[in-house]
Amino acid sequence: MRAGYLIFSGLLGKLSLKQLPHDPLTIFGASLMVAVPIVIAIILTLTKRWKWLYREWLTTQDHKKIGMMYIIVAVAMGLRGLSDVILIRAQQSLASGNSHGILSSSHFQQIVSAHGTIMIFFVAMGLMFGIINLIVPLQIGSRDVAFPFLNATGFWLFFSGMVLVNVSLLIGDFSATGWLAYPPLSELKYSPTVGVDYWIWSLEIAGIGSLMAGINFIVTILKNRVKGMKLMLMPLFSWSVLGSMSLVVFAFPILTVALTLLALDRTFGMHFFTAGGGGNMMMYVNLIWAWGHPEVYILVLSAFGVYSEIVSVFSRKRLFGYSSMVYAIWAIVVLSFIVWLHHFFTMGAGSDVNAFFGIMTMIIAVPTGVKLFNWLFTMYRGKLSLKTPMLWFIAFVVVFTIGGMAGVIMAVPPLDFQFHNSLFLVAHFHMMIVSGVLFGYFAAITYWFPKFFGFKLNERLGKYAFWSWLIGFLLAFVPLYILGFMGATRRLDHYSASLGWQPLFIVAAVGVGFIILGVTFQFLQLIVSIWQRNRELSGRDPWSGRTLEWSLPTPPPIYNFARLPEVSTRDAFWAAKVAGLSDDRPYQAIEIPRNTPLAMVIAAGAFCFGFAFVWHIWWLAVLGLLIVIVTIIYRSMDEHPTYLLSAREVELLDKSKFAKDAVS
Amino acid sequence: MLSGSLFLQLFIYLEPYTPNTMNAKYHHLTKPVPTPSSVLISEHQPPAKFKHYVIGFVSSLILTVSAYLITVNHAGNKWLLFIILAVLALTQFIVQLFFFLHVGREFPPRFKLMLTAFMILVVLILVGGSLWIMFNLNGRVMPSTRQMEKYMNSQDNL
Amino acid sequence: MSSLQVSNSALAKSRRQIEQSEKEGNALFGFWVYLMSDCVLFASLFATFVVLRNNTFGGPSGAQLFNLPYVLLETIVLLTSSFTNGLALLSAQRRKLQQTLVWLGVTFALGVTFLTLEISEFHKFALLGDSWHRSGFLSAYYTLVGTHGAHITIGLIWMAVMAVYIVKRGLNNPLVLKRIRMLSLFWHFLDVVWIFIFTIVYLFGALHA
Repeated sequence: MRAGYLIFSGLLGKLSLKQLPHDPLTIFGASLMVAVPIVIAIILTLTKRWKWLYREWLTTQDHKKIGMMYIIVAVAMGLRGLSDVILIRAQQSLASGNSHGILSSSHFQQIVSAHGTIMIFFVAMGLMFGIINLIVPLQIGSRDVAFPFLNATGFWLFFSGMVLVNVSLLIGDFSATGWLAYPPLSELKYSPTVGVDYWIWSLEIAGIGSLMAGINFIVTILKNRVKGMKLMLMPLFSWSVLGSMSLVVFAFPILTVALTLLALDRTFGMHFFTAGGGGNMMMYVNLIWAWGHPEVYILVLSAFGVYSEIVSVFSRKRLFGYSSMVYAIWAIVVLSFIVWLHHFFTMGAGSDVNAFFGIMTMIIAVPTGVKLFNWLFTMYRGKLSLKTPMLWFIAFVVVFTIGGMAGVIMAVPPLDFQFHNSLFLVAHFHMMIVSGVLFGYFAAITYWFPKFFGFKLNERLGKYAFWSWLIGFLLAFVPLYILGFMGATRRLDHYSASLGWQPLFIVAAVGVGFIILGVTFQFLQLIVSIWQRNRELSGRDPWSGRTLEWSLPTPPPIYNFARLPEVSTRDAFWAAKVAGLSDDRPYQAIEIPRNTPLAMVIAAGAFCFGFAFVWHIWWLAVLGLLIVIVTIIYRSMDEHPTYLLSAREVELLDKSKFAKDAVS
Repeated sequence: MLSGSLFLQLFIYLEPYTPNTMNAKYHHLTKPVPTPSSVLISEHQPPAKFKHYVIGFVSSLILTVSAYLITVNHAGNKWLLFIILAVLALTQFIVQLFFFLHVGREFPPRFKLMLTAFMILVVLILVGGSLWIMFNLNGRVMPSTRQMEKYMNSQDNL
Repeated sequence: MSSLQVSNSALAKSRRQIEQSEKEGNALFGFWVYLMSDCVLFASLFATFVVLRNNTFGGPSGAQLFNLPYVLLETIVLLTSSFTNGLALLSAQRRKLQQTLVWLGVTFALGVTFLTLEISEFHKFALLGDSWHRSGFLSAYYTLVGTHGAHITIGLIWMAVMAVYIVKRGLNNPLVLKRIRMLSLFWHFLDVVWIFIFTIVYLFGALHA
């Protein structure tokens, strides 16, 4: 009996019932985590939609559907990240003096770590890959991405990583070591629970997914452009994505190495970053930021691309300084690899090293400034229409400039010794990432929504959401600059009442209240727009767009282009509209990838592998690995991964689409 | 056990022909014969030859063995040896890049070459920068044995 | 008249070639992108190794541990496998099935030899008590060389699957050819990485004595 129990518990590694949550807040979170999938499952069963879900979505190879799934996951994770924010702000505005707030200090650290991890890896990256998937192939006149199966696998690995982060809420705990888990704190000796392992493996799996997406889009953009679209004729969003994906391909392996080495330390007792045994913990900091800084530009460059499209369309002008924009992108790409030390000026390097990286950091502000001025010059004497996407852009210009100047201040090493790890830094990077990334993707969603659904998002509610967000955002972060000056450090779960910080923390909490209002308006906007969808049918080209995606029927058919367009200028669709549209070339047969669940299976194997490494369940790790390898080999033997849509079918589909558009 | 990125190469290997390349195929049915310059965009390089592999193999062999012999015989100054070994390795790297991996032999646009150049740039920045940062740091916070000896000797003299 | 015929057939032939190479182009290029990103992965490991090189923590240094003639043997085995792998690709391009399989088999055997040599070296060190627990230097050594070994293992699995694939579909299938080319890129790439392991880990390590 006892022997049987031992074998059984041996099979489960470190896993046991003791790992289920205990304190009420975590129990609430965990039950929510369990409840949401159950509710979704019940709804699917009641409406008999399981088959539909499997056929239309889970097994799809269509980049447009994969893009939407990325966005859905990112939005869901955004809500989780936001609930972390609420707890952080509540704790910090309460925990002063005798009050210790609502959270224990270790729980608070977990929440802060989860907030950073989730917002960067699963919200910002998710939104970015979602929008890239939706738009890039359409913009470059391609019928598909270069590697549809790789693309689907990348998404499902991202999904697996996301699930792993959320499982940590249910079983075990999450990393309490900040979003980048510096050793030696994150080493086994000081973080003996599985939290850091969850962090490592979820990022490892999601990171490999990102790498796959990166490779896929580099090849798509370089090789699948429609005939005639030379590189210098490409829309700027695609250019930005090319820059951003080049960073993904060259930066993510560094993350993989840093995480793997930390995992080897923790799991197999190696000595890479340990305090003893001949480890060197600063090497981790060095590696993680050699990835981390390019990562910032990965996110921001794609959003820059979105802004470039929006400014030009809503100013009814072609973009000012196209070639300088392209050069600025590549200057940023290269420079973003030469600034990483500015994240750890204080670690003790010599003044020569610090000075070099400080100067490089200031230099990278130059191409960014070039881009800002180009956008402003595009607006200059344009026919502006201040629709919601444009409002997000203008808010971005203001907030990004303030945040950017704070960044240049911190690029001066002696000043950074003052600001390092203070709330000033927290305010700075939120201003950069929220305005430079999140606002950009909000604008992108508003801008491209009608292309995929046939109706615009409600403009009035969009404006309410925008103003709530902007006011809330400034209220939440301007106080943090001041607090940073006063000496408040980041990840503070309690402070002395005599410091007089509490009022400012309360203002920041009020700001979060406004942000919640903004998010509520955004959901309302979505619901109301769907409700009243027949009022604002938008047809193919609601904003009088300039790039090829607006030439397609709404929603774009699975093959995107029934007939491939002919391109000879920038803003190809605009040129075609000016010249008058007519296309009577014959249709061609089109090859389309078949749906397959194998991408999901591979990701499931990867999930088992990651989960097994968290809990040291070795048989499951082997099983996960075998699932991955066998699935890959099985897929490689598939003789018919695609099917052919005949020219006649394409013609029928295309003509019915045309008829539908004409009615609307 | 090593991270899953090791499997990545297998994924691309699984890809079917991409639809767009098929479109290019059907293009020929409706369009006049394309001029080579516009078609060669997706063509990569002329086929490899036996000669290349032999040259690559023999010169790599010579470079490897000479690096080995130089090290074993400890001929000359240590820093000079480091430099010679580094030069031999880089030469072999370039030889194999050209004769085995056929970098630089593709037709324009030379995306493969550009990407390789970019990779080399990133690697130089990453490795060079990391070593500069870490050794600078070590020099300041972890004195080497030799430095400590020097320091202790200087204390003895006092 | 005859020159016209020649040019026509040459045109048809070149068009066929173009179609075929277009199909190969994307995937081969994508694979190259992956290899470049893998170079950065190895570069990070190399940087870590060099930083931790002297952190022996009382354990053995590279010079005390490594047996250079043994490593030279490993190197030559791997280099030869890279060459035979190139020959396999050449035979495949000439549609010589038997020859392709033979050269692929030779490459596989050499790869297995290399892996055996490497693992037995690791095993020998571990028996002496010098496993990765011992010091930062040894952790970095096992991880760097082991990552290369893991790549070799995957290459070997791939090669075995490839052989089945060639037998099943023959060499007239462009998909098969594309995959042979990818495999050969991968294998040559691993040899390129080994140049640096040989020089930086072993030769520089010996010089440090």
